[in-house]
Amino acid sequence: MRVKKDRAIKPSGRKGFARKSSWQLYSMCAIPVILVFLFNYLPMGGLVLAFKDYRYDKGIFGSDWVGLKNFKFFFETDTFSRITFNTLFMNFLFIVTGVACSVGLAILLFELRSRRATKVFQTALIVPNFISWVIAAYMVFALLSPRNGVLNVIIEQLGGQKIDWYSKPEAWIVILTICNLWKNVGIDSVVYYASLMGVDMALFEAADIDGATKWQKIKYIIIPSLGPVISILTILKIGNIFRADFGLFYNVTRNVGTLYQTTDVIDTYIYRTMQSVGNMGMSSAVGLLQSIVGFILVMITNYVTKKIDPDRALY
Amino acid sequence: MKKKHKNRQIGLILFLTILSVLIALPFLILVSISLSEEERILSEGYGLLPRGLDFSAYEFVFKNPASILQAYAVTAEFSVITMVLSVLLMALLAYPLSRREFKGKKGISLYIYFTMLFSGGLVPTYMVITQFLHLGDTIWVYILPSLISPWYVFMMRTFFQGIPNEISESARIDGAGHYTIFFRMILPLSKPVLATVALFMFLAKWNDWYTAMLYINKESLVSLQYMLQRIMDNIKLLQEMPSGMTVNIAEIPSETIRMAMAVVVAGPALLVFPFFQKYFVKGLTVGSVKG
Repeated sequence: MRVKKDRAIKPSGRKGFARKSSWQLYSMCAIPVILVFLFNYLPMGGLVLAFKDYRYDKGIFGSDWVGLKNFKFFFETDTFSRITFNTLFMNFLFIVTGVACSVGLAILLFELRSRRATKVFQTALIVPNFISWVIAAYMVFALLSPRNGVLNVIIEQLGGQKIDWYSKPEAWIVILTICNLWKNVGIDSVVYYASLMGVDMALFEAADIDGATKWQKIKYIIIPSLGPVISILTILKIGNIFRADFGLFYNVTRNVGTLYQTTDVIDTYIYRTMQSVGNMGMSSAVGLLQSIVGFILVMITNYVTKKIDPDRALY
Repeated sequence: MKKKHKNRQIGLILFLTILSVLIALPFLILVSISLSEEERILSEGYGLLPRGLDFSAYEFVFKNPASILQAYAVTAEFSVITMVLSVLLMALLAYPLSRREFKGKKGISLYIYFTMLFSGGLVPTYMVITQFLHLGDTIWVYILPSLISPWYVFMMRTFFQGIPNEISESARIDGAGHYTIFFRMILPLSKPVLATVALFMFLAKWNDWYTAMLYINKESLVSLQYMLQRIMDNIKLLQEMPSGMTVNIAEIPSETIRMAMAVVVAGPALLVFPFFQKYFVKGLTVGSVKG
């Protein structure tokens, strides 16, 4: 019976099946590929706007070419250095504090004996990730509101003076870093925790037999086994270092002008230039710069990582 | 030795408990304010615990028929549609990419991957969506642009690759095509990653204020989060306004109502998690290994 079945399929030609099945595979990709074309690749074509003086009545293709004027104009504004610095500096802070805290948390969770407790704490840590920056802005406002904010109420009860947080730009370097940690540390620590679960337990047993201390185990087993995941996630973040989390910088600061000195970043600037000034050309020029620099950065970080340790590279 | 271990565990649990409470604090404050009495808030400020106990803010939110319920319905609609469609379409894309014999694999992977590295940016995307595809002020603008996310496609592909090849081979010998294999074998075996992606997609859309801010002018299509954002903007306008100008104060809800709205909007995002938690850690990790 079995032999017969084999024969029934084979003579019809393996090639015929392969062709049919390859056609099926292509057909599966079709809709997603079209969607990606429409919403990701078409806009890339729209980048010609960066080299044009866009006028609504003339349209994208009808508007006049202006060469690099949009770029030049952007470099000449005094906002250029401010937003570039803010974006890089804040993202750098976010990356460093983020990696340190989430790896630390993952190790603590890993040290917990009770799996049940691990799960409960994980949930508590992840939940902020499910909250939008809009709602987070309400929470921050509830804490920091100049008139009613919880913090000011407490300060006043202790006999201090109320502080108008929304006019203190320096404070927001810390406030935004805390907000970023609050929202993202949990989810990152789950990723690190899960890769710790994959570590061979025999390593820890061997270490125990050799009388290794907790600290030695962390240093020689845990950190090295997290290495690849840490570097992959960090490469991705460095690649995006010129992109700011728009929701965080726009909503949580309530887009208050007095805070721009520390909170105005490239993305909020692009949005403002487009929305209130209506300068489409310059806005796309800045966006194009952001994309190119980001692209180069990913390539470089990945190349360097690959040189040092191929295992840790992204691709 | 044993005792030292135990002490350490207790210390650990204590530390993590304090941390969890600190993280939960903003939620508690939000709820406290929403349950407080308006007058006491105005005289005493916000507190960690409710000042008095008053449910009228919630009563107002649920009784005020027009805007909030409408936004709730719109948001729920596009969130659910996006979640279902995106999981299906991304899985359909990820499956061929997970097949070793698929000839287009390399090209299509690169095509998808490149969008992670390079993008047109805000303005060109805005132009394409409003002037070329004419999606502005339609419900589709919430749905179509967010259906394919490269990160999740690769997560799914890696997960599919982990499914033993013998399973689909045996089905093929029985004459099954790729669609049958995909729907009958691969999808049922991939619940962790599908659930995880579904959760993230749902949350991303539920929390979407950005799309509405850019593309929606019609009151009937405003999303919940955008509605909240606008209220915050109006408050700011009121504070920054030079005297003499007028803002429609009636459009700004009272302190307690505002916070009650935030609670009601955040609620579903928190409630869905337990349903997905079973799959969550597994889905998040198996897929995130590089491929």
